Amino acid sequence: MKAYLGIDIGSISTKGVIIDEENRILASSYLWTEGNPIQAVKNVLNELEKKVKDKDIKILGVGTTGSARKLIGTMLGACSIKNEITAHAIGTLSKYPSVRTILEIGGQDSKIILLEDGIVTDYAMNTLCAAGTGSFLSSQAKRLGIDVKDFGPIALTSKHPTNIAARCTVFAESDLVHKIQMGYEKKDIIAGLCYSVASNYLNNVAKGKKIVGQILFQGGVSKNIGVKKAFEDLLKTEVLVDADGHLMGALGSAILAKKNSKNEVFAFSLKNSKFETAGIECKGCPNHCEVIVIKKDGRKIDSWGNRCEKGSLIH
Amino acid sequence: MKKVLAFPHLGDYKHPIKKLLQDLTHLEVLDTPPITKKTIALGSKNAPDSVCVPFKYNLGNFIEALELGANVLFQAGGGCRYRYYAEVQETILRDLGYDFTFIQIIGRDHLRFKELYHIFKNLNPKLTKRTFIKALLFAFFYITYLDKLDEIIRHRVGFEIEENAFLKLKNNFIKECSKSKNIFTLTKIYYKYKKKSKKVKIKKPKNCLKVGFIGELYTAMESFANYELEKKLAKYHIEIKRFTNLSYLLWKKALFLPFMKRKVKKYCKYTLGADGLDNVYRVLWLKKHGYDGIIHTKPTGCTPEIGALPIIMKVAKEEKMPILFFSFDEQSGIEGINTRLEAFYDLLTLKKEEEYESLFRN
Repeated sequence: MKAYLGIDIGSISTKGVIIDEENRILASSYLWTEGNPIQAVKNVLNELEKKVKDKDIKILGVGTTGSARKLIGTMLGACSIKNEITAHAIGTLSKYPSVRTILEIGGQDSKIILLEDGIVTDYAMNTLCAAGTGSFLSSQAKRLGIDVKDFGPIALTSKHPTNIAARCTVFAESDLVHKIQMGYEKKDIIAGLCYSVASNYLNNVAKGKKIVGQILFQGGVSKNIGVKKAFEDLLKTEVLVDADGHLMGALGSAILAKKNSKNEVFAFSLKNSKFETAGIECKGCPNHCEVIVIKKDGRKIDSWGNRCEKGSLIH
Repeated sequence: MKKVLAFPHLGDYKHPIKKLLQDLTHLEVLDTPPITKKTIALGSKNAPDSVCVPFKYNLGNFIEALELGANVLFQAGGGCRYRYYAEVQETILRDLGYDFTFIQIIGRDHLRFKELYHIFKNLNPKLTKRTFIKALLFAFFYITYLDKLDEIIRHRVGFEIEENAFLKLKNNFIKECSKSKNIFTLTKIYYKYKKKSKKVKIKKPKNCLKVGFIGELYTAMESFANYELEKKLAKYHIEIKRFTNLSYLLWKKALFLPFMKRKVKKYCKYTLGADGLDNVYRVLWLKKHGYDGIIHTKPTGCTPEIGALPIIMKVAKEEKMPILFFSFDEQSGIEGINTRLEAFYDLLTLKKEEEYESLFRN
């Protein structure tokens, strides 16, 4: 059976899926990146291999997306290396052909994608600040001494969410500390945090965008039903969360791999090779370009990051 | 002390400006070191934190030039916060302990030829009005031809077969122009290269993507400051239309402004400072001429463009024109820019394909 592999390497988690020719998910894996994308991808490949061991499949294309897409794409010899926005849009469209708005909140970035008749018409990503993203929620969970997974259910029990300044993470945090000292109930504070994430998103990323149904909410934060409810309250419409919502980027890149397949069989044994990366500072001029060199079993396979021809000469 | 002249970088215009200064003063004109990360690091270290990013680039240029022995610095001005650049930069550089003469050539928003003449007369007492006019005219034609050639190249560079063919062509053009002695030979060179540029082999599909590049002037003209956006667009095989160039800013704009004002009357009653109103007009122009998308760049905190942004967004929405906004500062992470640009390219391609298909369906 022909199959295609898609990998989405985010800042916090690494997702991998194997799909068949009808875009059905045959196997999936969802693991933490833990600051080491190469190892994370190896782990994901390991898990996927175990899951499809007894099936007779041939992987004919690999697609990567996410912030480490280029590194991993080079490593795996991917036939499609695509940005997150396109990958998410294509992945979601394969399941929800009539989707109009995709809200996505990940570990350290968030984006909104607007579609019309199955085509991306507009998109926006958060600027440099990580306010209102997953990493903000998890750091606040740590402060409150709660596992971030319990955040959603606790938030739902609150009737009077506390008002927490949403504009900036630093201000939100000091506001939060203040509210704790004032004596607010923990569940109200947690619900307030969920609202602050949602309203921050709507005020920053989705500013000036017309949000119409069907709306899908994706990314790691979509697993938090407290934030989902906050979105529904603020938008006053239904917001859908797919059970595979976190896999949409990987699914999209697998579909892109199918489109661009070169019909070369991908071998799982690649994960046993030793991959090394090195950051070299080119000393050719005062610009000091940071050149990334990637080596497989001690042999250089690619490098990038230099702005002129000099950078490619130094190694 | 021997006078050594220097001025901040602005794309390829360093060549005509250098030639002009040489012709006018017969003094040594220093080649300001090319902009690198060191330049911007020096600039941001010594500049006020919230100032717009061209200030930091210029300041870095000045410091690097001073280190190499320059002692007469030139700065222009006008339009927006750019008015204050000269004064503030001079103060900062003096506080750093450098010894130099600072000359602002465009004070009070307008180029005044009489003032200019006196500035250069001071530097070069032998300067006659005749040579002054001759040198200015030469610079005028040089800049015009450079911009004209650039425009032709922008239409074709994305489709070149041999890599960097157009870059080589342009560099040769600049080399020959800087050597030429009078306007007559300059014109001859221009026509020679115009012909050559049309002979460079390209593979251009009929319905290629066309993108308009609008926004603030420095980030449009200095390729280091916009992370070589034009080069990246060319790699995607996109035809580029850029409005801002020196010939536009120095003389075309003044002639064109009343017309633009009339065209955007629905949206703006007054000018927005710098190129704010021009950019609103450009959105309409690009839509009318069948462009597929717009890229707008500005430095973080650019006041005229911030004023123009909501209007541009509204116009783009009404005209259904995809538009991508970039706000540049001294950060050097280019991954975020690449991601947004790639997504924008995908958006335009898919939209174009859909339009093309629906044409056949009906």
